[in-house]
Amino acid sequence: MTALGALIRRDIRIALRVGGGALIGVLFFLTVVVLMPFALGPDLKLLARLGPAILWLGALLASLLTLDRLFTADHEDGSLDLIAMARVPMELSCAAKALAHWLAAGLPLIVATPVLGLLLNLDIHASATVALTLLAGTPALTFTGMIGAALAVTLHRGGLLLAVLVLPLSIPVLIFGVAASDAAIAGPQSFGAPFAILCALSLVSFVVGPIAAAATLRHGLD
Amino acid sequence: MRLSGRGVRCVRGGREVFSGLDFSAGAGELLAVTGRNGSGKTSLLRLIAGLLAPAGGSIELEGGEAELSLAEQAHYLGHRDALKPALSVLENLRFWREFLGGELFDAGGSLKAVGLDHAANLPAAYLSAGQRRRLSVARLISVHRPIWLMDEPTAALDAAGQGLLAALMRDHLARGGLIVAATHGPLGLEARELRIGGAS
Repeated sequence: MTALGALIRRDIRIALRVGGGALIGVLFFLTVVVLMPFALGPDLKLLARLGPAILWLGALLASLLTLDRLFTADHEDGSLDLIAMARVPMELSCAAKALAHWLAAGLPLIVATPVLGLLLNLDIHASATVALTLLAGTPALTFTGMIGAALAVTLHRGGLLLAVLVLPLSIPVLIFGVAASDAAIAGPQSFGAPFAILCALSLVSFVVGPIAAAATLRHGLD
Repeated sequence: MRLSGRGVRCVRGGREVFSGLDFSAGAGELLAVTGRNGSGKTSLLRLIAGLLAPAGGSIELEGGEAELSLAEQAHYLGHRDALKPALSVLENLRFWREFLGGELFDAGGSLKAVGLDHAANLPAAYLSAGQRRRLSVARLISVHRPIWLMDEPTAALDAAGQGLLAALMRDHLARGGLIVAATHGPLGLEARELRIGGAS
């Protein structure tokens, strides 16, 4: 446990220091959401109707933005070799790294959501609902995205490839995330069903993501 | 404790690097791996560390801790330093101590032993190549592992640093440790030589 705690603390510390990239995601999220009303025009009803989808898309792209560095940075400086040789199972190390990435890059997005909701004419109840669905859904984005990040190590220069590999996996999360938000804001469908599926997607990714990423990395070290 | 390889064969990128390699080293012994560039010295170290899979043959450790694998009982000092430029010298060392675990020695003492105690709070980004190397060596002496796998350990070190490293390696061997080092130059220690790929 101390080993995993140390890994999580290290990754968060690096992400929060200058050039670490934790705030880049939030800035990108802010840019996407701020630009959207200018693109769509001053139709407040339209903005409010599209709001949850815009917030979800922005959060999805922002969380992908820094994900490709999840393993490549450690691979380039040799840390990944030592992590692979350590007494901690590789699967748990991968899970710890993903958790650290989510805490440093995912959580700020969720915190920023209620503020950005104002720009999209969402009331406080709607913004809070979107933030809640992001809280349930973004871990799934990080933990499935981790598989693509591990492949990026094996294939070298996988930045753009990551998006191609990971975006199809994140489509279900996007569908149920937006469905749950819409259901809570506009009705008449129930909020519970899509939200439960969203939580289930996250729980499945907690198991599948680390195992798949560790297997990929083991074959990819050279 | 005895580390031995039998008929080890290594293939990288579809090309055979070496084959039929036999070696053996016991506790307190230094195995110096020599050979021209590209003969597979680094590949052999990575095979022993479990970072590459052998295409044939086997590498075994007898007499180590039964429930731990060979890689889990080894330190790997590679070309790359495994240091994070954003973290300070002490933070880098502390992280590896906590993450690698096992029997630990004092972090401050380890930094002093490699002559970096004055730079403990400096970000690793500002270290020179030789200082980065010294910090990697501090990892080796601050976390106990019976086997040290060292790839060109003297690279980038000045004369004082090389002397210091030789002394630390001698201490490790005296405590019953085992070292496999890929090297071009003399290490200043008595060693059993393993030559890969015939005469240069």
